[in-house]
Amino acid sequence: MATTACFIIVSRNCIPIYEAEVGSAPKREDAAQLHQFVLHAALDIVQDLAWTTSAMFLKAIDRFNDLVVSVYVTAGPSHMFNNDISQCLPQTG
Amino acid sequence: MIGAGKIKQYSNVLDKPLSKGKQEVSLSAFAFLFSELVQYNQTQVDNIAELERRLEDAGYAVGARVLELLCHRDKGNRRETRLLGILSFVHSTVWKVLFGKVADSLEKGTEHEDEYMISEKELLVNRFISIPKDMGTFNCGAFVAGIVRGVLDGAGFPAVVTAHFVPIEGQQRPRTTILIKFAEEVFPGVYDVCSVGAKKRSKVRLSLR
Repeated sequence: MATTACFIIVSRNCIPIYEAEVGSAPKREDAAQLHQFVLHAALDIVQDLAWTTSAMFLKAIDRFNDLVVSVYVTAGPSHMFNNDISQCLPQTG
Repeated sequence: MIGAGKIKQYSNVLDKPLSKGKQEVSLSAFAFLFSELVQYNQTQVDNIAELERRLEDAGYAVGARVLELLCHRDKGNRRETRLLGILSFVHSTVWKVLFGKVADSLEKGTEHEDEYMISEKELLVNRFISIPKDMGTFNCGAFVAGIVRGVLDGAGFPAVVTAHFVPIEGQQRPRTTILIKFAEEVFPGVYDVCSVGAKKRSKVRLSLR
């Protein structure tokens, strides 16, 4: 069962400042930058959503096929994105 | 105190609760440091506007960090998304942590919708500073204005913040007012979420003591 998650910290002006792959899946050649595209697309959603709630951890704000994006928004202008890639188990909920 | 009790040992440094930090710092040490900061900047600039700008930039860095720190330490991981919320956060929490007391008052400007003022009888940073006559309207409170600007900018409410002396009759030293003028983009959207300020017209003065 291989599951990877991609973790990116984005500073203000939507510039990524840290990226990490967490998990043990082998590198996927065909979708090497897929998680970066998905997270970039989720940025707009985060920017709108962040104003509606005062909570800091926003769970499952966006989906792309079977990839779920969740984000932790900090008080200052940066966000931390987490993208779950599950290869064997389908995402539920 | 040796053997006074067993402190709980945390195996992981991330599990340790956030410490309260040093609650108090020596006032004289701070006054000395601040005076050195002002003097150092004075040697580097040619005019007063540049000096004020430098002090403000120094304060901006403080404000950005204080916002993040207080959000985790004092507010239990809740952000501010409303204008009044962030203003009262600055007026009470930030002031309390930095200066040991809440600010004297928070007022809404009467001429313009997007102006707010935080006033203080005597800013802590100005207490041991006297301004010579030839420096005109220079105010070392520009440092505090920079702190406020850093907090507001970090929270997503860009503003221009300046510090002014307001002479009050009957008192020898003038009051200091931090004038906050929000940028264009703050106001169209904020009227939807700012429940108090939007409904009332500009004649209202909102005073928090």
